[in-house]
Amino acid sequence: MTVYLPIAELSVNILVILGMGAAVGFLSGMFGVGGGFLITPLLIFYNIPPVVAVATGANQVVASSISGAITHFRRGTIDVKLGSVLLVGGLIGATIGVWIFSMLRRIGQLDLVISLLYVVLLGVVGALMLAESLRAMRKASKNQPVALKRPGQHNWVHRLPFKVRFKKSKIYLSIIPVIALGMGIGVLTSVMGVGGGFIMVPAMIYLLRIPTNVVVGTSLFQIIFVSAYAVIVQASTNYTVDIVLAFILMVAGVIGAQYGVRVGQKLRGEQLRALLALLVLAVGIRLAIDLVLPPADIYSVVSTGVGY
Amino acid sequence: MRAFAPKLRSLCAGLLLAFASAAPALAQADGSGGAQPSGDFTEQLEIGISTDEISITSDFRGADLTIFGAIEGFDERLLAQGKYNIVTVLEGPKDNATVRKKERVFGIWVNRYSMTFELVPESYSLATTRDINQIAPPQDIANMGIGVDHMRLIPTGFVGNGSNLTEFRDAFRRIREQSGVYERDPGGVQFISSSLFKASIRLPADVPNGIHLVRAYLFRDGTFVAAKALPLRVVKTGLEEAITRAAHEQPFFYGVFAVLIAVITGWGASLLFRRD
Repeated sequence: MTVYLPIAELSVNILVILGMGAAVGFLSGMFGVGGGFLITPLLIFYNIPPVVAVATGANQVVASSISGAITHFRRGTIDVKLGSVLLVGGLIGATIGVWIFSMLRRIGQLDLVISLLYVVLLGVVGALMLAESLRAMRKASKNQPVALKRPGQHNWVHRLPFKVRFKKSKIYLSIIPVIALGMGIGVLTSVMGVGGGFIMVPAMIYLLRIPTNVVVGTSLFQIIFVSAYAVIVQASTNYTVDIVLAFILMVAGVIGAQYGVRVGQKLRGEQLRALLALLVLAVGIRLAIDLVLPPADIYSVVSTGVGY
Repeated sequence: MRAFAPKLRSLCAGLLLAFASAAPALAQADGSGGAQPSGDFTEQLEIGISTDEISITSDFRGADLTIFGAIEGFDERLLAQGKYNIVTVLEGPKDNATVRKKERVFGIWVNRYSMTFELVPESYSLATTRDINQIAPPQDIANMGIGVDHMRLIPTGFVGNGSNLTEFRDAFRRIREQSGVYERDPGGVQFISSSLFKASIRLPADVPNGIHLVRAYLFRDGTFVAAKALPLRVVKTGLEEAITRAAHEQPFFYGVFAVLIAVITGWGASLLFRRD
């Protein structure tokens, strides 16, 4: 069963796309991540042009982060004030990101930069997570209490000026690192089509020392707006959001996520993190292989339009 | 009503522009790419196509196009000897194309060199009654620009010493042929009666949108006699067309709409699966 994607301008098997969306949705529900970092590479592996994959991936992130954020909103685990400060940085970053995206596309290095960024980020985050979860598993097996490394000690981040009190997070923190973090991830949202939760969450916990219970909800809260903004800007400047592709992915994704959540609740935290780390590493390695192996053809052709 | 006026005007301008850009292509086609028949011939060529518009729907999986035609005023004796040959070409809309060449930099394959060719067709199907090189002297075929090998590939901008021009041209032709958008079918044109012929051309699922051009050339005993051209429109229809148009003409609202769909889907799912 094929469906024609009007913006990607090719026919795809709808079942493959549905399966992709459901699988990524399942994993994102299981691990509590947006899934953008999986959907974009998968679409690229399936020959969707990277420009379309990135913009459309951001669109699917909006849907999955909304359904996640609503759950956190009901539980009251969102710090709206902190999220808004992150958002300010995020919007600036996303604007810069779309500009970088258009520039890279023009000079023909977009695909390379997307792949490189994925390899580096997935490699680093995956390796760190795997190391951390293995340590936790070893401790758990020795019946030692699992101490999450979030004691009250301060680091250089807490000596910066412009401090603001975030009541919900019970933290008194400079807004500079918060905006900088939001900005950095905003750039990634535009260039890579990810929500950035898989970087945002560890950065908030280990760098900003924000209590873990509000971290996921707050990060999801701001991801909604940043990725929505990235979608609108991508649509306006690059015309690369494929609404048909995005809709199929979303529907399959949100349904898959519901089942993922149920499975995720049965697994232990450190096992879950180790699995996610392996998955992240696998996607990163797959992309790295493509960069290092001699390509089947060292030439490539793209239609560049008369406008360029 | 007033608010619609500028929109209507821009639409008219767009249409005019479309006609204006299509017209030279047609005119050029009638002139058969610059090569004029040498001498006086009684033969004339008439062609028709099975449809002049192909619509891309959501379940589009490619389509077949039949080009048929007749030779009029032919010479019985030459026809019996099989001296008449037909070349048909289906040429897609033209666009600039950039060829990039990768090179290994610090262990990673990176696009290092590029060359952009001006206004090359996005698709090209050649069907002939026999191998093109047996129809006419290669020099004539090359001068007329018939076939992928003789397609005019003019680089834009500065090309350095030009020594790598051949390399990029060859790569361009090879890639377009491998991906199936440039193809040739010697023997694709068949005579169904003494002077009637037909050619079937398969349009792939990823056929480019826009105005394609069907051309037919008649050769008599190795000499070019006559040519005819017809336009073929390939258009997205229904929802596909509406989506593409919205994405390009109202990109901001299209983006907002895309986000809205995501909001509804995400919200709807969390309402639907709420477990409390």
